[in-house]
Amino acid sequence: MFLLAFCQRDFVTTRVFMNKRILITGNEAIAEGAIQAGCRFYAGYPITPQNELTAYMAQHMTGAGRVFIQAESELAAINMVFGAAAAGVRAMTSSSSPGISLKQEGISYIAGAELPAVIVNIMRGGPGLGNIMPSQSDYFQATRGGGHGDYHTLVFAPSSVQEAYDLMFLSFDLADKYRSPVIILGDGMLGQMMEPIITKNSKRKTQSYKKSWALTGCKGRRPNVVKSFYLKEGDLEDFNIKLQKKYKAIQQKEERCEKFFIDDAKIILVAYGSMARIAKQAVSKLREEGKKIGLIRPISLWPFPQEIFRRIASSPRCKTFLVIEMSYGQMVEDVRLALNCKAPVEFLGRGGGGIPNEKEIVEKVRSLLH
Amino acid sequence: MEKVYSHPKSLRNVSTHYCPGCGHSTAHRLIAEIIDELDIRERIIAIAPVGCAVVAYDYWDFDCSEAAHGRTLAVATAIKRLRPENIVFTYQGDGDLAAIGTNETIHAANRGENLTVVFINNAVYGMTGGQMAPTTLLGQKTATTPFGREARLQGYPLKISELLAQLEGVKYVERVSLQSPAEILKAKRAIKEAFKNQIYGVGFSLVEILSPCPTYWSKSPKESLDWICNVMSKEFPLGRIK
Repeated sequence: MFLLAFCQRDFVTTRVFMNKRILITGNEAIAEGAIQAGCRFYAGYPITPQNELTAYMAQHMTGAGRVFIQAESELAAINMVFGAAAAGVRAMTSSSSPGISLKQEGISYIAGAELPAVIVNIMRGGPGLGNIMPSQSDYFQATRGGGHGDYHTLVFAPSSVQEAYDLMFLSFDLADKYRSPVIILGDGMLGQMMEPIITKNSKRKTQSYKKSWALTGCKGRRPNVVKSFYLKEGDLEDFNIKLQKKYKAIQQKEERCEKFFIDDAKIILVAYGSMARIAKQAVSKLREEGKKIGLIRPISLWPFPQEIFRRIASSPRCKTFLVIEMSYGQMVEDVRLALNCKAPVEFLGRGGGGIPNEKEIVEKVRSLLH
Repeated sequence: MEKVYSHPKSLRNVSTHYCPGCGHSTAHRLIAEIIDELDIRERIIAIAPVGCAVVAYDYWDFDCSEAAHGRTLAVATAIKRLRPENIVFTYQGDGDLAAIGTNETIHAANRGENLTVVFINNAVYGMTGGQMAPTTLLGQKTATTPFGREARLQGYPLKISELLAQLEGVKYVERVSLQSPAEILKAKRAIKEAFKNQIYGVGFSLVEILSPCPTYWSKSPKESLDWICNVMSKEFPLGRIK
């Protein structure tokens, strides 16, 4: 203990937490996961309900080569991340809905300059200042690019604190692999609640990607330029074609979802993030009553896991889908697109901090069964 | 015979897109000469602005990044913090530094980031077609002040350098001009000092350069230089501010 007290804070974290079962909030787990995944730069600006994440970073991003900055605004924070990514390090910012709106300009530039970065959105109610209750009303913004221009970001939606922690490793790896922004889309409930998690061994190697494009000073090589600006006629179109090829590859390789009792299900619920946990409870309850209900939980929201829906839609047994969201219907559009009118799609949603509860879901399912 | 003057290594041998009489080419060259003289080309990371100098990286021959309009010093802050061994400078116009990016400017300065800022003040938005800048003079006609800038409606020319000089984090501020060969030499000395400050870890250093824009001042290149000398530098006095 005496020795530990003299160690640097993040060194202590690394040693004490490894492969341990710890109780931690979602916000802190995301921060800890990011640090273990090799995040070397974090910039953020206070906004509820994600403040624990920034505070955790302030306390633990203190080791050699790590930088924490409380930025003067969300605009500054995301553009600091742009700079850090351009310098070739793993970089991240976090915020909540109104703050993420402010970051959209920067996210567009990061996508346009093909820089790797991770952006965490712990969603709250909107529009406008809204409130600080959990919500899922930023789905469109996250999955459709969000800022100006034809681009996408990978979007992952954890539904537990453990999964939030685990997804940080994948997110930094894929950001580097595809040279693309990756968004972690959580909500206030996930950010604030505490759950036990098992932390990973620090010896686990994060994938390393050679960043020959990074700005390091042009010693021994030709100068590098990081930019998203293509003035010459045809150049921007060529660049967009290149981006689209990348997005196609991502769509082919990175779809992820959890399937829960879907093989014999007559009604399949579709929900992501915190909402999926409540939906899962409803499925378990209905299964106890012998009702054939299942759940698909998209983990990647972009690319949306279309394959599973297409497979079910093309099978002879036609099923009904019930999409449940903490919004007035955003992901439901992707479900409809994936099913392409081959199966009926129902919707249950509440917004502005309202959360569809187990009882409401069960009642809705019962009404569909009749 | 000894060769005493040649094309700077840090400046590509290409023609620029700048208008005849524009100050950007001169400022680019001064920076390139200084970087060569200090032998720091391989350590340089420059942040180009949005504005007329948006493609400065096509002219300089060292590592460069773009930045969204006004976010130049946020990008520079992160790079310098992560790579303190590199020499990081921003090159920003009056719109970038003193309008849309005022927040980033003030806070990077107030944090005392060890950065070099080259601030081009030509009292107008050039790239977008000659609109009013924060530094546009009272009475000056622009695309968006067709009757001349009026204090009652558009406020006063923003003296951002004097404002920044108030901050404890700021170590060096000087205003120079490109109005004559003598002033250009003074400008070079000031920019060099701002780079040296970073090398020696002194802290946030900014050089404001009064720079001609004949196109949107509706003046000839010669008239533009005279206008800096007789009018603009009366509003923005030359010399060391801090």
